[in-house]
Amino acid sequence: MGIFDIFLLEAVINGLLLGGVLALLSLGLNLVFGVIDVVWICYAELIMLGMYGMYFLYTVYHAPIVVAGAVCIVCVGILGLALHALVIAPLLGAAPINQLLATGGVLFFLQSAATVLFGIEFKNLGLRLPVLKVAGMFVSYSRLLAFGAALIAMVLVYLLLTRTYTGAAIRAIAQDRQIMPLMGVDTRRIYLITSGLGGALAGLAACLLVLQYDVHPFVGLTFGPITFLICVLGSLGNFGGGFVAAFVFAEIISVGGLYLDLEWGYVFAFAFFIVMMFVRPEGLMARRS
Amino acid sequence: MTRYVPWIGGAALVALPFVYRSPYPLHILIIILIWSFAYTSWSVMGRFGLVSLGHGGFMGVGAYVTALAWNYGHVSPWIGVPLAVVASAALAALVAYPCFRFRITGHYFALVTLALSGIVLQVITATRDYTGGSLGYTPERYQGGSSLWAFQFGDKTTWYLIALAVWAAGLYVWNRVDRSMLRYALEAISEDEDAAAATGVHVTAEKLKITVLSATMTALAGALYCQYQMFISPDTVSGISVSLQMVFAVVVGGIYVSLGPTIGAVITILLAEVLRIWFGTRAVGWDNLVYGVLLVLFIIFLPKGVVGSLLELRRRSRWTSS
Repeated sequence: MGIFDIFLLEAVINGLLLGGVLALLSLGLNLVFGVIDVVWICYAELIMLGMYGMYFLYTVYHAPIVVAGAVCIVCVGILGLALHALVIAPLLGAAPINQLLATGGVLFFLQSAATVLFGIEFKNLGLRLPVLKVAGMFVSYSRLLAFGAALIAMVLVYLLLTRTYTGAAIRAIAQDRQIMPLMGVDTRRIYLITSGLGGALAGLAACLLVLQYDVHPFVGLTFGPITFLICVLGSLGNFGGGFVAAFVFAEIISVGGLYLDLEWGYVFAFAFFIVMMFVRPEGLMARRS
Repeated sequence: MTRYVPWIGGAALVALPFVYRSPYPLHILIIILIWSFAYTSWSVMGRFGLVSLGHGGFMGVGAYVTALAWNYGHVSPWIGVPLAVVASAALAALVAYPCFRFRITGHYFALVTLALSGIVLQVITATRDYTGGSLGYTPERYQGGSSLWAFQFGDKTTWYLIALAVWAAGLYVWNRVDRSMLRYALEAISEDEDAAAATGVHVTAEKLKITVLSATMTALAGALYCQYQMFISPDTVSGISVSLQMVFAVVVGGIYVSLGPTIGAVITILLAEVLRIWFGTRAVGWDNLVYGVLLVLFIIFLPKGVVGSLLELRRRSRWTSS
């Protein structure tokens, strides 16, 4: 087996597509962290709820998939708002680590709420999108769709942040939390908007992930850790860094998983992460100061 | 008078299984003691603002290395447990050193260690040919029941005394750290790293010391749990949920007092048991549901925990009366 064989190329392409989804996953988390300075440990659990929402809307209530997706994005966005209003807002003045732990409590809550409500069975949409066969390689259509949607969402968020008045306020808050309220920016409103946006991005990720993976109450644990690694590697709050890190990780997982099991891909990714922490502790894209 | 309270309490705890030997309450007590020890191990470092979510990983390493060494190498736990402890300490040092060297603190540290516990879970699942994957793993029973060499005892009283001794040792370590220079160094670090470094505190070394100590104790707890239960699965001894469970119990009990983690363990384990008895198999998930809500409520309204808040209440009433 040569080094540049067709399977490797296939793995590289699949890794690229996975990278799009991972980049979308880290985008929401990065946005919330960058603006509110809070880490949502339960971020992956929001996605899990979104996946259940898709499952019920599409499979049980037979809503058209696009409508189901839209409802899902809005609902998870509202969940993000609720999370901020109920849990984060009362803790904004507390030690930062308390906010992180409180969202840890939310993680417990959401996970077991899903267990109690939906049971522990694996559920899927029962929707099998065709697999594209290009030049002897197999590329899953759902991954291609996820990649495309992730890219579009990222461009939209970028435009929102750079081209609108609210976006400018969000970026300003991210730069200096103390000064902006003095300049007449309503921090509470901006925080709520950001949380809602972060939630909506989680909802979008859920719509795309449910096309490829089964949903169960603990699904968040399978891609939660990797999302956090990506955000840390790309420096928390840095969108560009998160983007690059997502693709690097996805390639490691995909190519590593080609030679061994998929779990080993994750193990390699983690080993890479530790090495990178020695080499570039500030994150991949950080400017050295 | 208060000087003798720990000794009287200790004597009462040692005497307990000889007076009252009903197996089920004894089992609950053993479980509480083992987890109390694990929670105490976490709070040894957690109280200095070093919030690690990787302790599920250390516990998993402790449990699985001991069990694997016994089953595949026929290595007695007397050697296997130190081996597991060393492995866990090495893992802790490997991850913590770059973190501390390059000033990865707060959120970052929590996330990196969170990933660590996730990865230990993945490795255990990935090597399912040896570890049984998510189905769990059982150390081989020693023929003939109890054996000191195999560290397997059929008798609950023996286990109770072992767990009690280890728990007491954990409290001793906690108090030793509390009275040491290390504590002042780490408190200074948690306030302001730069200022601490400027006054001559070796920030990286001090943090590394406490992390390795904490990981060592946690691995021991994992090994003990494995030897007692004779069954381990990735979900019960490793992973994020175990890490969060530790944080939760410590926060509920009280993070800055030595008995806090123990009280946290009593509360959480009794809560789970009561729910299990009330609801039976329908209780699956309900205990964590209650945990989650309680954790959020405690952090918002009672961040010092039950014991910490009670102590403060007492101190305040004394001030007003004198």
